[in-house]
Amino acid sequence: MTDVLSTRPMDPPGAPRLPPPREERGIVGWLRHNLFRTWRDSIVSVVLLVIIGLVVVQLLEWALLSARWGVITQNLRLFLIGLYPADEAWRVWLSLTVVSVVAGAQAGTRGGYSRTIAVWLIAGQLTVAILALLSPMGPLVAAAIAANAGLTLVVQLATAKRPLPGRVLTIGWLVSLVATLVLLHGGAGIPVVRPDAWGGLLLTFMLASVSIVLSFPLGVALALGRRSRLPAIRLLATAFIEIVRGVPLVSILYLSSILLPLFLPGDLRIDQVVRAMGGMTLFTAAYLAENVRGGLQAVPRGQVEAAQAIGLSGVQIDRFIVLPQALRMTIPANVGLFISLLKDTTLVVIVSLLEILGIGRAVLAQAEWLGASFEVYAFIAIVFFVLSYSMAHASYRLEAALGVGRR
Amino acid sequence: MSDPASQPRTDPVLPTDPFVSSAAPGPASGSASDAPVIIECQDVHKWYGDHHVLRGIDMTVRQGEVLVIFGPSGSGKSTFIRTLNRLEEHQRGRIVVDGIELTTDVRNIAAIRREVGMVFQQFNLFPHLTVLQNITLGPIRVRGWTREKAEEEAHRLLTRVGIPEQALKYPLQLSGGQQQRVAIARALAMQPRVMLFDEPTSALDPEMISEVLDVMQGLARSGMTMLCVTHEMGFARHVADRMVFMDDGVIVEQGPPTQIFEAPEQERTKRFLAQILH
Repeated sequence: MTDVLSTRPMDPPGAPRLPPPREERGIVGWLRHNLFRTWRDSIVSVVLLVIIGLVVVQLLEWALLSARWGVITQNLRLFLIGLYPADEAWRVWLSLTVVSVVAGAQAGTRGGYSRTIAVWLIAGQLTVAILALLSPMGPLVAAAIAANAGLTLVVQLATAKRPLPGRVLTIGWLVSLVATLVLLHGGAGIPVVRPDAWGGLLLTFMLASVSIVLSFPLGVALALGRRSRLPAIRLLATAFIEIVRGVPLVSILYLSSILLPLFLPGDLRIDQVVRAMGGMTLFTAAYLAENVRGGLQAVPRGQVEAAQAIGLSGVQIDRFIVLPQALRMTIPANVGLFISLLKDTTLVVIVSLLEILGIGRAVLAQAEWLGASFEVYAFIAIVFFVLSYSMAHASYRLEAALGVGRR
Repeated sequence: MSDPASQPRTDPVLPTDPFVSSAAPGPASGSASDAPVIIECQDVHKWYGDHHVLRGIDMTVRQGEVLVIFGPSGSGKSTFIRTLNRLEEHQRGRIVVDGIELTTDVRNIAAIRREVGMVFQQFNLFPHLTVLQNITLGPIRVRGWTREKAEEEAHRLLTRVGIPEQALKYPLQLSGGQQQRVAIARALAMQPRVMLFDEPTSALDPEMISEVLDVMQGLARSGMTMLCVTHEMGFARHVADRMVFMDDGVIVEQGPPTQIFEAPEQERTKRFLAQILH
């Protein structure tokens, strides 16, 4: 025993490096190793496989034979854009085009997690295009959406060959943000559609993405503020974080929708949607600040000292040394937060906004589709699962890419 | 117990180095006592809470001098060199580095940090940046160099510390000895006038210590002013111009290595040397 152990590190010339035993490899080897190792394993495996098989058969039978999927295709426009005027719907597809181009450029230039996002975007748009083809929206809309997917792919392939400078991508995202808001809202010559008319998946997307984009810098600022040397800033940041975290999101939505207008001058009208976005942003920022604070604390003191020793200023140390390390440590927690935010957008139904779940309930209220609730909720569940999983999937890729050379 | 004077032959660290044969102190700098003063400390005191860690340190360092500061753990030697670039604040006394007095004025602190490089026991490289980015960050952001100039200088420094091929790796892909050499290159990239070494070899595997000491020795030979907290007595004997023994927050004794090793005046110095030299 000791003899074997002591000679192993020496790797004597007479001992060849062998491949692992054959029964550990291949599909059969995997099955034998993992499912049928002992007779008890085998019984458990067989029983579970039978149960899973029965459930899958039942589900498929329902989904393919008896489900009334017409409830989805016939109401597809409602599910996608809610009460956004039908004549103006082209503006939604066009803003999607802008986003598709930028996302494709990012994927081609950066690869990695950006490509994961682009793949999900393409798959999602193609699925919507197929549904549109089956719906009263017709082949023209279907073709437009499919063209967006194609555009993402084309731009991705083009920029993979000739990557764009990082600055162009940043500008591209800013432009797409402004273009999306202008297109959806109107003004500058095109008729205004008040955000309160937005609905369905469009509203879900806008609530989630605007809240994510705004809460991130706010949350980071709050986390830094909570560690500030100035007591006033520290107190304000801490008070904000603790108060917001101590209140349920539902209350914050109520407050922002009912109380806020009472404090504003009478002629100033803020759309319900904008108020909901504000509430969700503040709510998310408070939680994000605590995630980031945890990351900040995990950056070793020696990192700051080394940065001080080469003469960096406090702001430079935060920007180049502490935040980059703290933020990548908090990716899993923050993506988790954003996934809950995405699902929490369904709560805006209490301030009478109709995001995709609200639209689902409205659709089910039509006499024609009574009893199709399972189809509707299954559809909505799949939509949320795909959105959440694509975020998680992209974040795994991001973590793996950023983990280069660490641990 | 043992006679320190018999140690040079058995020194495991720099056995075949040409410095063994050179006359003891002051290799390249010549420890010229007429060289300009670069660090001046007068009556420096420091407390951690009620604990009095530095109890009146007076020290003058001239340009080109190599100091080895040693002493038992808790003697305040690390704390002392960390006060020189304000990683620790001294609460009484005066510290003047390169003509600039260390005060609470941030501009003075920034000015001194530009002139003083530091190497840490735990390397403290930035794990999210490549070796090249670690080295160029200071010159680009603090000195305002162009990226091209900073990278050119970084490659030159990496060659000087013996790892020109590792520029695009991340710190944690390197061995401890390589990481510490990158840390030295990072400090040198700021073109400091003084280098502080805080136990630079204490966290290294034994076989990597000499590669770091070799770089430090080359640096000393080039005339850099160096303050090294270390227990590498071989390095001290061959490279130091002056050795400083600290205990319990005061400087107990200082002098050239020959004097410290062969004829220490203080009983405490004798006892400590006997312990670490066996």
